[in-house]
Amino acid sequence: MSKTPFPGQEAAALPPRALASHFHDLSQQKAAHDLGLWIFLATEILFFGGLFAAYLVYALLHPGPFFEAAAETEILIGTINTAILLTSGLTAALAVKAAGQNRHDAVLLLIGITILLGLAFLAAKGFEYWLDIHHHLYPTSPDFPLEAPAAKLFWSLYWVMTGLHAVHMTVGLGIWAVIWEMARRRNFSLSDNSRVRIAGLYWAFVDLMWLFLWPLLYLAGRAG
Amino acid sequence: MGEIEIILPQASVEAGSTDGKLLGLIIISSLITLLVAGLVGIFAIRYRKGSKASRGRLPAWFDSDLELGWTLATGGLFVAIFAWAASQDFALAVPPQRATEVHAVGKQWMWKIEHPGGQREINELHLPVGETIDLVLNSQDVIHSFYIPAFRLKQDVVPGHTTRMRIRPTRTGTYRLFCAEYCGSEHSAMIGRVVVLSKEAYADWLSIQPEGDDLSTEGRQLFVSRGCAGCHEGSSKVRAPRLEGVFGGPVPLADGRTVTADDAYIRDSILQPKKDVVAGFAPIMPSFAGALDEGELVALTAYIRSLGRRDATATGGTP
Amino acid sequence: MSDIPFRDVDLEEDEAGPSTAEANYLEERFSLWSWLTTTDHKRIGILYLISTTFFFFIGGAAAVLIRLELFTPAGDLLTDDGYNKVFTLHGVVMVWFFLVPVIPSVLGNFLIPLMLGAKDLAFPRLNLASWYLNIIGGGFAVWAMLAGGVDTGWTFYTPYSTAFANSHVSLTAIGVFISGFSTIATGVNMIVTVHTMRPAGMGWFRMPLFVWAIYATSLIMLLSTPVLAIVLTLLITERLLGLGIFNPEYGGDPILFQHLFWFYSHPAVYIMILPGMGVVTEVITCFARRRVFGYKAMVYALLAIAVIGFFVWGHHMFTSGQSMYASLTFSFLSFIVAVPSAIKVFNWTATLYRGQITFEASMLYAMGFVGLFTMGGLTGLFLASVPVDLHMHDTYFVVAHFHYIMVGGMVSAFFAGLHFWWPKITGRMYPETAARIAAMLMFFGFNLTFFPQFILGNIGMPRRYHAYPDEFQVWHVLSSAGAVILAAAYLMPLFYLAWSLIWGRKAGRNPWRAHGLEWQTTSPPPKHNFLANPDVSGDVYAYHPRRNPRDE
Ligand code: HEA
Ligand code: HEA
Ligand code: HEC
Ligand code: CUA
Ligand SMILES: [Cu+2]
Repeated sequence: MSKTPFPGQEAAALPPRALASHFHDLSQQKAAHDLGLWIFLATEILFFGGLFAAYLVYALLHPGPFFEAAAETEILIGTINTAILLTSGLTAALAVKAAGQNRHDAVLLLIGITILLGLAFLAAKGFEYWLDIHHHLYPTSPDFPLEAPAAKLFWSLYWVMTGLHAVHMTVGLGIWAVIWEMARRRNFSLSDNSRVRIAGLYWAFVDLMWLFLWPLLYLAGRAG
Repeated sequence: MGEIEIILPQASVEAGSTDGKLLGLIIISSLITLLVAGLVGIFAIRYRKGSKASRGRLPAWFDSDLELGWTLATGGLFVAIFAWAASQDFALAVPPQRATEVHAVGKQWMWKIEHPGGQREINELHLPVGETIDLVLNSQDVIHSFYIPAFRLKQDVVPGHTTRMRIRPTRTGTYRLFCAEYCGSEHSAMIGRVVVLSKEAYADWLSIQPEGDDLSTEGRQLFVSRGCAGCHEGSSKVRAPRLEGVFGGPVPLADGRTVTADDAYIRDSILQPKKDVVAGFAPIMPSFAGALDEGELVALTAYIRSLGRRDATATGGTP
Repeated sequence: MSDIPFRDVDLEEDEAGPSTAEANYLEERFSLWSWLTTTDHKRIGILYLISTTFFFFIGGAAAVLIRLELFTPAGDLLTDDGYNKVFTLHGVVMVWFFLVPVIPSVLGNFLIPLMLGAKDLAFPRLNLASWYLNIIGGGFAVWAMLAGGVDTGWTFYTPYSTAFANSHVSLTAIGVFISGFSTIATGVNMIVTVHTMRPAGMGWFRMPLFVWAIYATSLIMLLSTPVLAIVLTLLITERLLGLGIFNPEYGGDPILFQHLFWFYSHPAVYIMILPGMGVVTEVITCFARRRVFGYKAMVYALLAIAVIGFFVWGHHMFTSGQSMYASLTFSFLSFIVAVPSAIKVFNWTATLYRGQITFEASMLYAMGFVGLFTMGGLTGLFLASVPVDLHMHDTYFVVAHFHYIMVGGMVSAFFAGLHFWWPKITGRMYPETAARIAAMLMFFGFNLTFFPQFILGNIGMPRRYHAYPDEFQVWHVLSSAGAVILAAAYLMPLFYLAWSLIWGRKAGRNPWRAHGLEWQTTSPPPKHNFLANPDVSGDVYAYHPRRNPRDE
């Protein structure tokens, strides 16, 4: 690749894998990765934004039955899960920080805790789903417990919103698992690489989405 | 439908003013198109490569001021067109004063109309000229759209909503009625006509609507007016079984069973057509549940029973 | 005003190009596998060219069936369901698998890095992934078609699509959903590339306008496609899992679906025109040999369309029963979004002024674009006027409007770009005469096909009708006749471009004597695009001397 005399290229004496051949230097590569991720997160916000719009419309159209339906969610599990997720957000942020300081063992440990907390969240969520199904809280159930038709709107939104969130969680856990394994094998230099930071940002986003879902789905019906 | 007017007439209050706007837009757009095409053409010829036209520096006026100029000009023109178009007297925007309400229900694939006096019709709408009528629109299944080109009006008919369309016919005649929102297989067959009558003729028409006959004659009328004949009789494009001689006999079903066509079967066929589908036919018959009241069901069943006995003679031409 | 003799810039066509040791990107490796796993943006561009061409002909075959059926008033060729499936297939394939990717992913992919003097897009592997997503999505659509088709129309309106259609709605929706991710991936890639990989010395306002156009398009892609993704997700869950978000029986609102759908789809129509505007700008300035008139205004116009385009979606719903005040607001904004379009049209025209115009095939296409886009856009204003739309909505007037922009405009622009950069892409010249004939035939066939549809709409012919009353037949016959000519015109390039691959004259580095970094490298370019650093010091559109430095 020495035939392509772009400025800056020769100067960087780097581990071979760190710089992709089409970038001039690491700072350009880092800028590109960061920007890419931020843009991706912006699209994710719009993705959930459609759901929030639907929620808002129906909450305004059928306030009574909609919020009565919200009172049927499992607030205890929902709240515990919020706590779990926030803690995992903290450990993820610490992992990013530790990666910046190249503290290898700390990174492994913190990512490991994050993964365990994420799994705990999913397990609790699974249990909650089981309870919901047990209570016939899905719109196609013949024994759906609530009278008002709009209750089914709430429960449809509940399943879609939490379901999509769980999908995002699963993706996030997958990313953490890959990074954890790579870090364990010392495949890449922690401080020169955006990987941990990017995974951390994504995880923070998943956290953030839950912080919107929790009040909308669990707290809303219980306010008054 | 020979009496339908082919050249699009202006038959409502809106038609005239909409056509005015349309004409204005056509003139403005033609001028703009000519301007653009003309300039492109003239430049293309005058400044073709090697032509003698002078090419020097651009004249002083040919700069960003020019650009600002046409931006403002277009902006101004567009706002003006908007204001003009928006000045239309939208009957729906003014607070509703009371008008006669005619109810129309759209369903796959027919229009059911009910007049204030209880008179009903299918795929036809009779209206008195010169009066304001509020059409109150509901859908039983999917979105349809009530479209009368001669009135330049359409209104979507949305399940779960009640939409309204105010119509003010200004001219007697028979006009086309279309369903303008895609609604499934027979969207393009969901058409009918709007008959605008003079006030007297309208009153006469209302008064001669069927009162009561013997059951099977009434059933026959329902059979036509409810659209059964549209599928079940000879000239139809739709493939549906002929009903002559059906009653009392065995009917092979699509799922292999065979049933006897008794009263209950006929009734189920009308209310839940998907339950027992006749072998060899697509399950396209719409359910009439909720669309027919008990009396009408009885009459229809009576008519179909009479077909079975009389051996295929009862089907005459459509009135 | 003294005349100074016209002196063209000193770029001469050099036939041979610098002799190079490095193989060009086409010859670099041959195996099919090397193509299917390539991360070279140029090869991915070619992959997209192949897949979009394939989808164009599927959509085109459906168009042929539509026009044959409508030749007579009776529904005699297809059944009603058959017809509904055919126009749905036509719309779905043409929009999502042909027109949305065609310029950004074929020409954009190929050219953006070249125009920026870069070696590749920022995320080459993501780029390849986006192609796979696109064809996997297309695969689902084709699968749905083979399994029996979909009959919802490309707009998927609920509750028909959720509760009534018993065709393969979910399969198709999944296909479109997947292709949406492809669009998002392309958008991310383009934006990041433009932001981070411009060479030193190329400021924002020195980028070619094609790059700007792709940039603006990518913004729309990123902001609107997620909404499509969510609305399709809801549609799919409603069909497959019975979660009824739009179900009127639960009090759900089918109109909400329309709002979400058009919140995506109106901006998406600008995804389907801005890239074309970019192409046409490059072509016109080159063959008129004039600097683009009003460069900055062109940039701001692109951005303005991209932004204002997000606030007009309600103009598709004037008859849906939305409040008259909402309708008037959307109407007003639709008129506003037309102003930047007008700026573009006038600036293209002004660019011709005092040029040295030649009429290569791409220039003919570009001029056709200007005319047809103007007509399509102006008829858009008819539809944006509420009273007129109450009459025209869901008639053939709308069909004519959008074909004028999408086929007359965008497809012409694609052909303009394809011919313009063909020498760069393949290293061969196409046969000019054949190409000119095809361009003119297309213009003629196009107008014959779609102008009668304006009249049809005006006399009340509803769209999506498989059989129709007799009085409409005359115009339908004209339209079908035009479609035959149009089909012939679309088949021509297939043959002569293929011919040129083998027998075409070798193209030099810069056969059009055009500016722009892509013309500084060999044709076809080497794997890493440039053998030497491209010179970015020049003005992108230095086709004629400036009057004074402030002069734009
Ligand atoms: C690439 C695609 C594309 C583009 C760019 C546009 C551009 C525009 N469209 Fe169109 N449109 C579609 C594709 C597109 N549209 C499609 C696919 C549908 C149907 C969807 C469906 O239902 O299936 C549709 C439907 C549609 C409707 C709904 C019709 C209905 O269903 O009832 C409306 C209504 O307002 C509309 C308006 C406009 C307007 C105002 C513009 C404007 O952006 C146009 C701006 C351009 C100009 C105005 C021309 C240039 C200007 C000049 C030359 C200057 C003039 C000078 C002076 C006035 C001095 N479009
Ligand atoms: C986006 C791009 C796009 C393109 C390029 C086209 C191209 C064409 N379109 Fe289409 N069209 C749409 C987008 C597009 N369309 C959309 C979105 C709809 C709305 C759908 C809906 O309502 O849901 C629509 C609807 C639509 C209708 C209305 C259907 C109805 O409402 O009932 C009609 C009718 O004439 C039509 C015609 C055509 C024609 C003649 C072409 C021609 O330009 C096509 C020319 C190309 C060819 C003719 C290909 C040549 C190839 C061959 C001849 C090979 C044949 C091969 C075999 C048979 C193996 N289109
Ligand atoms: C859209 C077309 C359509 C309309 C309108 C329609 N039908 Fe049918 N009908 C069919 C088709 C197709 C079948 C056969 C398939 C099935 O059983 O569902 C059928 C079956 C029947 C049967 C059973 C016939 C048999 O041979 O056993 C009866 C009875 C019947 N229809 C009565 C009616 C009546 C009464 C009406 C009007 C109130 C009506 N239909 C309207 C299409 C239609
Ligand atoms: Cu009813 Cu179309
Ligand atoms: Cu639009």
